[in-house]
Amino acid sequence: MADDRSSQLIILFLVFVVLLNAPILQIFDRKELWFGMPALYFYLFFIWLVLIVVVGLIVRKKRK
Amino acid sequence: MSLSLVIGCSLAYISLLFLIAWWVDKRAERGVSVVNNPYVYALSLAVYCTAWTFFGSVGRATTGGLSFLGVYLGPTLLAPLWYMMLRKIILISKNQRITSIADFISSRYGKSTTLGVIVTLIAVLGIVPYISIQLKAVTFGINTLTHFKSGAAPAPTSFWLDSGFWVTVAMASFTGVFGTRKLDPNERHEGLVAAVAFESIVKLITFSAVGLFVTFGIYNGFGDLFTQATLREDTAKMLTFESSGITPFSWNVLVMLSLFAIILLPRQFHISVVENTSPRHIPKAMWVFPLYLLLINIFVLPIALAGKMIFDAGIHPDTYVLSLPLEKGAAWLALAAFIGGFSAATSMIVVEATALSIMFSNHILVPLLIRMRSIGRNHLVNGAARLLDIRRISILLMLFLAYLYQKSVGSTYDLVSVGLISFTAAAQLAPVVIGGLYWKRATHQGAVAGLIVGFIVWAFCLPLPSMAQAGIISNSFVNEGLFHISFLKPYALFGVTGIDPITHAAFWSLLFNAWTYAIVSVNTQPTMLSLTQADLFVNIHKYISGHEYDILKREAKIGDLKAVLNRYLGETRTLALLSDYQVYNKVVLDDHQTAQADLVSFVETSLAGAIGAASARVVIDSVAKEDPISLDEVMRILDQTREAVQHSRIMEEKNEELKTLTLQLTEANVQLKQLDRLKADFITTVTHELRTPVTSIKALSKIILDDYARLDEERRTAYLQIIVNESDRISRLINQVLDIEKLRSEEPVQQMEQLELTEIVLHAVDGVQQLLTERNIKCTITPTNLSLPVNGNRDKLIQVVVNLLSNALKFCNQQEGRIDIHLKQKDRFVFLGIRDNGPGIPAQARQLIFEQFTQLHSKEQGKPHGTGLGLYITKKIVEQHHGSIRVESEPGHGALFEIILPLSNDEPLDRV
Repeated sequence: MADDRSSQLIILFLVFVVLLNAPILQIFDRKELWFGMPALYFYLFFIWLVLIVVVGLIVRKKRK
Repeated sequence: MSLSLVIGCSLAYISLLFLIAWWVDKRAERGVSVVNNPYVYALSLAVYCTAWTFFGSVGRATTGGLSFLGVYLGPTLLAPLWYMMLRKIILISKNQRITSIADFISSRYGKSTTLGVIVTLIAVLGIVPYISIQLKAVTFGINTLTHFKSGAAPAPTSFWLDSGFWVTVAMASFTGVFGTRKLDPNERHEGLVAAVAFESIVKLITFSAVGLFVTFGIYNGFGDLFTQATLREDTAKMLTFESSGITPFSWNVLVMLSLFAIILLPRQFHISVVENTSPRHIPKAMWVFPLYLLLINIFVLPIALAGKMIFDAGIHPDTYVLSLPLEKGAAWLALAAFIGGFSAATSMIVVEATALSIMFSNHILVPLLIRMRSIGRNHLVNGAARLLDIRRISILLMLFLAYLYQKSVGSTYDLVSVGLISFTAAAQLAPVVIGGLYWKRATHQGAVAGLIVGFIVWAFCLPLPSMAQAGIISNSFVNEGLFHISFLKPYALFGVTGIDPITHAAFWSLLFNAWTYAIVSVNTQPTMLSLTQADLFVNIHKYISGHEYDILKREAKIGDLKAVLNRYLGETRTLALLSDYQVYNKVVLDDHQTAQADLVSFVETSLAGAIGAASARVVIDSVAKEDPISLDEVMRILDQTREAVQHSRIMEEKNEELKTLTLQLTEANVQLKQLDRLKADFITTVTHELRTPVTSIKALSKIILDDYARLDEERRTAYLQIIVNESDRISRLINQVLDIEKLRSEEPVQQMEQLELTEIVLHAVDGVQQLLTERNIKCTITPTNLSLPVNGNRDKLIQVVVNLLSNALKFCNQQEGRIDIHLKQKDRFVFLGIRDNGPGIPAQARQLIFEQFTQLHSKEQGKPHGTGLGLYITKKIVEQHHGSIRVESEPGHGALFEIILPLSNDEPLDRV
């Protein structure tokens, strides 16, 4: 259903707006290296990738 | 590296772009769309990544740490909403044939000219700094490649020696040629889009190559690089927001600004909406484009850290992408990186300048020119060429404005700071666009007020202070506030300090913009046109059924108009109308010419008379945009309507017919019922008639059988005679019934021969002479010597006369019976009349007596003899002889039956 996808995408937008903005972002603003990367650098790119994958999955569902 | 090598490579690269664009346009002309592909669409959206991304992000990272990422996370966050929002904007734009963001906003608020001008000014003035950083980056790049480590480029003594000037000239001519190669009414440039998509690939590959070289060539991977960075104080600072001095608030505002920019920047609107070939490309672009942004940003921080660790302060961080490979001896990689950066800059400039020149010419220059001196309406070809010239001039103008800005103001700032000024300007369009999409109540006045207020606050907070610092205008208002009011300092409005200028300006300008927009909207009334446009924008899905749209052109061919007229008015009327028009306006219409506005409206008015104003509008609209698909579609729809009207007309006719039929059927039914009743009566009569003789035959036979001996001879004979008579009666009755059946099924009399009617009458009278005598009835025939030849069957005609005579006999006056037979000839007919002096026939019965099964009942005479079939049979036989029978009667004065038969055409027989 097109409506389902729209709602999912809006919720996705709201969730990631929170995840990628202050103050949630400040939780990861640390002087540490995670997996050899600065914590914030790792967090931002990781969330970014998750967002891309989830959008891809939601959009992909329609072909089935 | 020599300057000629750099310039040679750049020119070769530009030639490649021309080749790609030329090839794609060529294929598009043949109907093969290369850019009609979701990946090409997503890649062309990456025009978002400019020299800012390529060179500026690294520079930004050295001072602001990870804050450069905010510019890419905004678009990423908005991507999920494209599914609804971008699709909606695209559908509206294709439906309204919108060619730019200024066009979009002006259309939404009642096709307002004022708004078009305001948005164009905001866009042009706001984007000039953005263009300037592209020029600066290319100049930077060339200087870095040619003068690396050999000291800074010598300060130019005049602009003739300034590489920035020549870069501007080169870019202006490139854009002028590239962006305005042809004039497309939909502002679609497939070649341009393909070139931009190609440049996006070049950007990503070259930047990643430098990143990989730095991370894995100079250092041993991410771990090594980041670990070393944490060991130095200046690089460790870059790894967190807190230490790099980025406040959470400014990060959030930056994300919001870039979120708006991805849709509102003129070039983004142009690529994602105007150049969009199908909304079906959106879902794929929703994840491919963010993925592109992610990939191109992975190595920004590593390059910035490496540059910081390797170079001392002498090298500008904005050039690290070039200077790191140069430092490590990879000159070829530096050259490739320069081509990548050059791609980023050229794609931005070409698309941005094209988009801005469309706005500038459509909303400012052309209206101005038309007002100054009306452009000849007949010279369309000239007009198109002139329009392209106007576009080229606008491009030139904007690029030199950008050059001036860069020379005077931009040189003191780094790339990203200048770019963000433009982002803040573009964000001023956000309230009116978002409100326009979802808030029907928003008015034109609200939009104008909001935009003006937002633009003034933006100008006051960002470009004006920077110009003041560059010494162009007085500096006093920056430090002391406007009119020496301390609340009006451009970097600290209302005394709020501690926020960086961009965040500060973005916050206040958007706040005032949105408030003014909302408050003025609520307190003003929208115009009619504004209301309809608002409904169309907000509820676009109501107006568009499918997801596809047609590409429409804006000109009407005279041939098309003629075709439409022919279709609805017919050829004669069309010719008459058009020749009237030609004579009246003293023009000659050529089918291949483009129709003038007054001809179009003339045709529309003529059509309105035939198919109604609304339909005429639809038809003319479709033709006026010269879209064959849409025209066919409309024709089909209207044909269907016409068919429906015809159908309903036919239905009405059928309905009428049905009514008549029903009436006839009702009448027939009444007749049938009567006949049925008559038949029932007849059967009763016939059975009665049959039973009477049968009863008497049975009774008499029984008497003879039982009392044969006792009956005398005379009695027996009498009884037997009665039995014979009664048997005759039965057989007569049966014969008559059989006769009727025959008459019903028989064809007209088979054996026709020429007969003498007089002879037949005489013969018939002879046959009943016995009865006449018995009943003492006087019978006269006048005249007896007339020759009346008729064609017919002798036996049947005799039967007719006998039937009529028997009838007359039956009803004759019992005491003084009299039957008169008249014969005469008149014209081509013969008349035979038989008159009796019986009681006559009542008027209401006269119609019935010729029907079968009719017997007259009368009180005086009681039940008559016979079967009720005689007259019916008579009438049928006469009709078979092409004649007619009628009756005349006055109750109490007898009845006259008259037979009329056609005279025989054959040679007369010998006189009898």
